[in-house]
Amino acid sequence: MATKSGAQKNARKGEPEGEGVFKTSVSARHALDRVFSVLVFVAAMIGLVVLAVLLVDIARDGLPRLSWAFITSFPSVIPQNSGIYPALLGSLWLLGLTAILSVPLGIGAAVYLEEYAPDNWLTRLIEVNISNLAGVPSIIYGLLGLGIFVNLLGGITGGQSIVSGALTLSLLILPVIIIATREALRTIPGAVREGGYALGATRWEVIRSHLLPMALPGALTGTILALSRAIGETAPLIVVGAATYITFAPDSPLSSYSALPIQIYSWVSQPQPAFQLAAAAGIVVLMVVLLLTNSVAIWLRNKYQRRG
Amino acid sequence: MAVNAEQRGPSGEGMWQRESRARHFRERAIKIVLAACAYVSVLTTFGIVFVLLFETVNFFREVSIVEFFTSTTWSAAFANPQFGILVLASGTLLTTLIAIAVALPVGLLAAIFLSEYASPGLRRWLKPALEILAGVPTIVYGYFALTFVTPLLRETILPSMTIFNALSAGLVMGVMIIPTIASVSEDAIHAVPRSLREGAYALGATKRETATRIVLPAALSGIVAATILGISRAVGETMIVAVAAGNLAQLTANPLESVQTMTAFIVQVASGDTPTGSLTYNTIFAVGSTLFVMTLILNIVSYVFVRRFREAY
Repeated sequence: MATKSGAQKNARKGEPEGEGVFKTSVSARHALDRVFSVLVFVAAMIGLVVLAVLLVDIARDGLPRLSWAFITSFPSVIPQNSGIYPALLGSLWLLGLTAILSVPLGIGAAVYLEEYAPDNWLTRLIEVNISNLAGVPSIIYGLLGLGIFVNLLGGITGGQSIVSGALTLSLLILPVIIIATREALRTIPGAVREGGYALGATRWEVIRSHLLPMALPGALTGTILALSRAIGETAPLIVVGAATYITFAPDSPLSSYSALPIQIYSWVSQPQPAFQLAAAAGIVVLMVVLLLTNSVAIWLRNKYQRRG
Repeated sequence: MAVNAEQRGPSGEGMWQRESRARHFRERAIKIVLAACAYVSVLTTFGIVFVLLFETVNFFREVSIVEFFTSTTWSAAFANPQFGILVLASGTLLTTLIAIAVALPVGLLAAIFLSEYASPGLRRWLKPALEILAGVPTIVYGYFALTFVTPLLRETILPSMTIFNALSAGLVMGVMIIPTIASVSEDAIHAVPRSLREGAYALGATKRETATRIVLPAALSGIVAATILGISRAVGETMIVAVAAGNLAQLTANPLESVQTMTAFIVQVASGDTPTGSLTYNTIFAVGSTLFVMTLILNIVSYVFVRRFREAY
């Protein structure tokens, strides 16, 4: 500010030293500019460098430990014999149940808010509430699940069961699904709806035959990203009582369970280095599962976009 | 004609009405079902508040509220337990400060790069690539902090550091938060009108001067929102601190020592066998309530700032 007003004064009076000050500072200013442009570039790359180091580190620790036996064995007190089989199955159970519970709820809520809800304080309250829920720490959802699903409704859910875990995760990812689906619905032009109504279709008929298929790619991508977040969640599952040491494969929604991140946490917490390597191998399995679900998301989106 | 209409009238009308009634009924039923889906989110909030409040009230029946907020000792698991939330809050504060010290400068500069410097092509792949950082499960970051960052720091510059320490956990948490701060700041920077930049260039300002003296102040409310959102993430982050920061509840400002955060305490108690209704069981809800109120306030403040930058231009 000071230099600017100074330069203005000089320009007005036409003093020669103003020009001199301006000239000498230009090269310095441009030098500073070059330093700054390097700085911002480095800042943008730091995150990616750390990500690369992290992936290499985990691959280096985990890949040698990874084997078919690791995937098909049960955990053991002997680190070399420990496997991830029940945790992997538990994660798949959780993934399936969470999807069944959260996808219809999330899409239903999004359709209501975008297509039906009147513009009043109640609707705005729901909207603010959803964006607020998206910012609640995941461990708080764990406490909710512990209080409601495990203890209050323990008679129905079987207490510390897969259902309790899946219900907790469903509530956790519901805001993400709702927000993604609403955005997908919002991009559909109003003419599509009006065309449907003009032909005598009811609101629901327009939604079912036109809006949902058109919103599907966007909604699906958001949903699968939300589900992959659910697979990686650890804290809420610990709170709702996922077991860290389990010697049988879960066979029903009411059985007790472990999950990949829980198993990894349990191994990381062990002092023996051999368990740390098992944790790294478990992380590799977890990352592969995440990669697969994300690939499915991208594949589905491309498939439906081409058709649309 | 009139007779014809009279003859056809009743049956035609009847058919139409029947179908119309069925359609109306179906439409209304569907609307109610969909509205019920939307209200699940309201129920979730009520559920959270109810559970936290209920168990916290039980907790304060046994522990004095004054002790909870003023005691400087936290020893929930011992025979003569002391509950000073300040101890856990200081652990949370320490790791959060370290994380923000990393994430704010890096995220902000990255946002400037994305918005002002990067070519559209680079921007298109760099933004989603940065988002991957936010998608890595936090347990993976915890493993990374404990088995890579801590040994690295201990072997090179900080040999006095304990194996479990606030610094590694905070640093890695900072990396995790970079995309949050970068992405929200970038939105705010992007929303600054082009005319402001052009005005600055016309006055002879360089690109850096325009970015730091014109664009950044104009996007300030969005950047504040991004920072608060980042703080909220760091406060609620659990697994990195549970794995890498140790679980030693002590009042310290030394980042080279072990600390216990509020989230890590909940995980520690939940990992063990705690009978429902016991004092320890109620404790995690009291700590959870404190955590919930803190993040709620942060999220509301951030929301207010986001609205301000959206409405500014």
